[in-house]
Amino acid sequence: MNMYDSPEREAKLDQKATKISARNVQVYYGETHALKDVSVDIQDKTVTAFIGPSGCGKSTFLRCINRMNDTIDSCRVEGTILLEGEDIYDRRVDPVQLRAKVGMVFQKPNPFPKSIYDNVAYGPRIHGLARNKAELDDIVERALRRGAIWNEVKDRLQSPGTGLSGGQQQRLCIARAVATEPEVLLMDEPCSALDPIATAQVEELIDELRQDYSVVIVTHSMQQAARVSQKTAFFHLGNLVEFGDTDQIFTRPQDSRTESYITGRIG
Amino acid sequence: MSVGLIALIVLGMAVVGYVIGRSRSLSLAASQDRRLHSLPSYYGQAVALFTAVPALLVLGAWLFVQPIVVETRVSEMIPESAIPEGGALSLVMADVRRIAGGLDALMTSAGLSEGDLARMSAETTNLRERLGGVGVALGSDVSAPVFEAAKAMRAANNAGSLAMTIAVLALALVAGGYMLSRVSPDMRARNISETFVKALLIGASTVAILTTAGIVLSLLSETINFFRMYPATEFFFSTVWNPQFRGGSELGIIPLLWGTFYVSFVALLFAVPIGLMIAIYLSEYASKTVRSLAKPAIEVLAGIPTIVYGLFALITVGPLLRDWLAQPLGLGNSSSSVLTAGLVMGIMLIPFVSSLSDDIINAVPQSLRDGSYGLGATQSETIRQVILPAALPGVVGAVLLAASRAIGETMIVVMGAGAAAKLSLNPLEAMTTVTVKIVSQLTGDTEFASPETLVAFALGLTLFTFTLGLNIVALVIVRKYREQYE
Repeated sequence: MNMYDSPEREAKLDQKATKISARNVQVYYGETHALKDVSVDIQDKTVTAFIGPSGCGKSTFLRCINRMNDTIDSCRVEGTILLEGEDIYDRRVDPVQLRAKVGMVFQKPNPFPKSIYDNVAYGPRIHGLARNKAELDDIVERALRRGAIWNEVKDRLQSPGTGLSGGQQQRLCIARAVATEPEVLLMDEPCSALDPIATAQVEELIDELRQDYSVVIVTHSMQQAARVSQKTAFFHLGNLVEFGDTDQIFTRPQDSRTESYITGRIG
Repeated sequence: MSVGLIALIVLGMAVVGYVIGRSRSLSLAASQDRRLHSLPSYYGQAVALFTAVPALLVLGAWLFVQPIVVETRVSEMIPESAIPEGGALSLVMADVRRIAGGLDALMTSAGLSEGDLARMSAETTNLRERLGGVGVALGSDVSAPVFEAAKAMRAANNAGSLAMTIAVLALALVAGGYMLSRVSPDMRARNISETFVKALLIGASTVAILTTAGIVLSLLSETINFFRMYPATEFFFSTVWNPQFRGGSELGIIPLLWGTFYVSFVALLFAVPIGLMIAIYLSEYASKTVRSLAKPAIEVLAGIPTIVYGLFALITVGPLLRDWLAQPLGLGNSSSSVLTAGLVMGIMLIPFVSSLSDDIINAVPQSLRDGSYGLGATQSETIRQVILPAALPGVVGAVLLAASRAIGETMIVVMGAGAAAKLSLNPLEAMTTVTVKIVSQLTGDTEFASPETLVAFALGLTLFTFTLGLNIVALVIVRKYREQYE
């Protein structure tokens, strides 16, 4: 491989592959039209932030990407979402398999009432990723290292995951999601229950995860979106108002609603 | 004065105390030009409480103590000679009590005065006939000492009632007056009423605890009596249960305990898996409509009286198992069997297990389900590996509760498993349980002094110990695992 020096070549390298491509997505909860005509392309190895006031549909859209909305009876999704060119709402797609590829981290840390080890080993065991105990140990250790929590828990892998502090629990949940080797990691306000120090740790972690995954993060903190993401989407009242490079959204927003939100006038 | 009337008067005084206390606090605050510490109604409440509570407590205590004191006094008056051959003092005292009670009725109907009564004697009057005339039937003629004792008892009771009336009303006045004199804007009347509420709540919990203690103590004293007559080692270790009412019985508990545990085990074997699966279906898979129909339908089972289950066992299940299982396999030809009782009891226990487990599974936070689905787990993987372990303490509690029910069940066993105490492994043979034998030892016209009847208390206490042990184990398990998802 050559080293590319010219600026054009550099720009070309930055053109990353599209991982998820959503077209005209509509979501209804019973009679409520929660998400209106959303079309967006999410790139591989990029952190994409969804921002917007509460109830604007950003979490709803996030849950569409791994079909978590299937577990809600009244929810109906229209339009197409392609993951690497495959329609995830195709009838042949098994949502269970899809969720193994698209991991999710939730707002509140939700470790299972099991040991730290078993929490991380849960996904690999279900999907048969390890052939023997040694391999499983290896996967668990790697995942905990990726979750930046290995040093804190390596001596007490058998103690319950629920006994950790809030920030540690959330990093454990991230490690648990990473252990199944997903291609996309969805994070629904992962820092809203954490203190500033734990938040900084998780944000650092998100930045590292970008090297291997496509990360989509929903956040209420605009500073956080600006810090961790390369792309930002602004949702308002169920519409995708603006989507672009984070720098551009925060410095030169195209839409007046985006500008109002960022400057704190709506929301 | 009757007890009800005294209580009413005291309550009336409390109401008056409330009104006076309230208005006094208001007028004091106005005259001293200060703010009251509490709302005026709290001052009224404080006076009312001080009027009513100590007086009513004394009333209750008096009603409890007076008969004991009077009985001991009067029973000293009965000479040995007045006790008939083979009888007991307690029987004579029962007569004395009834005559004393009948005397008042006799006096009103015959228009006698106190003086007439004092002159009346057992020798000159046909008391048995005259008392019979006012509805007090006696088994034998009234002897002179008994009649004198009855008169003394009546007098003592009357004196006691009078003293009680005076004491209670005086106490209400004094205590209420004391509180009224304390009323001032500085008095913390709210705190008095708060203390009273706390005492009331503690009292309510004490009732439950004391009742348990009372049950245990009454069982314990009779059990000790039993072990004085029958060796404990034989009771606990003998494998033969063969009571003879003419004496010389063998009263070994082992066959009965074996029957109890065998039947309960079979019942739980049916109830626990089915109940758990129902609970999982209802809480995780069923749609809202199915759930709203199926849950009450299953809980109907819990409303069926056990005697009806017993009939079902006797008429349907028993013969069915005999004709299609026991006889073809050559394992017996009795329609009552452990399997019959266990099966029917299992059906009875299904709603216990399913309903409780359903509530517990529903209480597992949705976030744990989301976490598991988010990792690509299927529904049954999520249930087996996340939800059931999280719900385990509650489920264990539900199962142990069902086990306590099974161990204590009587009717289904009588009608389903029979009454023969046997030690056998064959589930198609008739066996019996501790509860059935308690009933059969206590029914019938036998006195409460032979080992054959007293054994019922020892059996009851043993059973109680076992269910208590089960409950403690359940508590320990629940405590140990509870904090897991909280």
